[in-house]
Amino acid sequence: MAQQSNSAILQPKARVIATSLFKVALQDFQAGIKQKHIFLTLGWQDIATRYRRSRVGAFWLTLNMAVLIATLGIIFGSLFGTPIAEFLPSVTIGIVVWGLLSATISEGCESFISARDTILQVKMPLSIHIFRVITRNVLIFGHNALIIPLVFIILTKPVGLVAFYSILGMVLLILNSMWMVFFLSIICTRFRDVTEIIKNIMQVMFYVTPIIWGVGMLPQKVGAAVLNFNPFYHLLCVVREPLMGQAPTIFNWSVVVLMAVIGWTIALAFFNYYHKRVVYWL
Amino acid sequence: MTNAFIKLNKVEVVFPVFNAVSLSLKNRALSAITGGKIDRRQDGISLVKGLENITLNIRSGERIGLVGHNGAGKTTLLRILSGIYPPTSGSAEISGDCIALINIGLGIDPEATGRENILLRGVMMGIRPAAIRKKTDEIIAFTGLGDFIDLPFRTYSTGMQMRLAFAVSTCIQPQILIMDEWLATGDEEFRARANQRLSEIVGAAKILILASHSRELLLNNCTRVIWLEHGKIRMDGESEVVLSAYYGV
Repeated sequence: MAQQSNSAILQPKARVIATSLFKVALQDFQAGIKQKHIFLTLGWQDIATRYRRSRVGAFWLTLNMAVLIATLGIIFGSLFGTPIAEFLPSVTIGIVVWGLLSATISEGCESFISARDTILQVKMPLSIHIFRVITRNVLIFGHNALIIPLVFIILTKPVGLVAFYSILGMVLLILNSMWMVFFLSIICTRFRDVTEIIKNIMQVMFYVTPIIWGVGMLPQKVGAAVLNFNPFYHLLCVVREPLMGQAPTIFNWSVVVLMAVIGWTIALAFFNYYHKRVVYWL
Repeated sequence: MTNAFIKLNKVEVVFPVFNAVSLSLKNRALSAITGGKIDRRQDGISLVKGLENITLNIRSGERIGLVGHNGAGKTTLLRILSGIYPPTSGSAEISGDCIALINIGLGIDPEATGRENILLRGVMMGIRPAAIRKKTDEIIAFTGLGDFIDLPFRTYSTGMQMRLAFAVSTCIQPQILIMDEWLATGDEEFRARANQRLSEIVGAAKILILASHSRELLLNNCTRVIWLEHGKIRMDGESEVVLSAYYGV
């Protein structure tokens, strides 16, 4: 028995390490998805609560966003001197997508803190509280996204088949925001001031990412070099470029996919390691 | 259906208690730069032992009472027993679906109507929406709220709010029932019905865990009482024996 070949001994050992790195996290994750009725109901409820007393309901969001986009579009469009037919669609998609990203991340930081009472009384997978935040923000995004076709129709801007790429881009964007939330929600539960730091970072990123300005406005070489280090730039590209009639570059896709793979690996390992402690930090 | 049981083996719970300093990453970073290593004890994290060396074996059919002074660790133990706190060391094995009737208002949204709140509160208790819809009429009948059920929860009187929360919280039968004091409120008429419903659920639960300060209540409902003191089990045995010792009679 003791004299097994090396590979036979090594293999199960490697598997043990792999499961102990992710086992708890994956179990929690699976159980969370299985109870989708919980986070779908609660996520929807979150929006319903906010807008219950207004006549237009959740479309209040859409209206707010439309006003913001119209204002920014007109002001910056004339400031930069770019034709509105090019500028406005780009800004619209940028702001709507950024709205999803930044709200998910900054609200996601408080996934556990805001669900404190529930966590301390009902046994449910921790991932449910994260899925709730994601659900809520995807639903809000769904309302806001209505502005995009509206703008395209008003400006009679054609959309090609290449636009279908943005669906894939959207999926990757949500996958990426999810690992960020998994990771940050744990840190923010332990260190309460990180939420504020993240909110600050997201605010800075809003200006650093080409949302209300175009890549073409940057001085040639400096611009591209700096932008390529901005992960949010690539996330925005894979959603926006196809709608603007241009396929994202292979580089964009690679960064986004790689970020998802590495990010999820780290986030799951992190979630796995601190899973037991989160409840004590509340 | 699985057999309900709870096994705790040398369970220990240690709480990290953070103050404002240690809850802040900036402060942690600053203290590391400014030589925080020297006075590490001053970093604001104190460890508090919540439970120590708790070994328990609870079988199906047992009715457990939990007594102890404030801060003895009752709430912590209830959270261990319902699987919310994972033990810091030792092991806890819990088999059977468990419902904790501690804050029955959890999950209720004051802006939503009574009917919507039945769904919300139900989902919070782990019931599937389809199952809740089937029970909705029965729940509404039990509350006796009538047409009020379609008005926002915030417009209800305190008594009505309690009725609704109680009716939803007790609409399913758990295998393990955990309670912190006996729930039954409302006016005379509702209290009688609530008591009856709660007695039924308590009676049908495979395991009951009831934390209480009332000797009457524990004597009437429990066969075994655990006395906690400073996070340890001071005494564990038949109700009469433990309660006499605890109340000093």
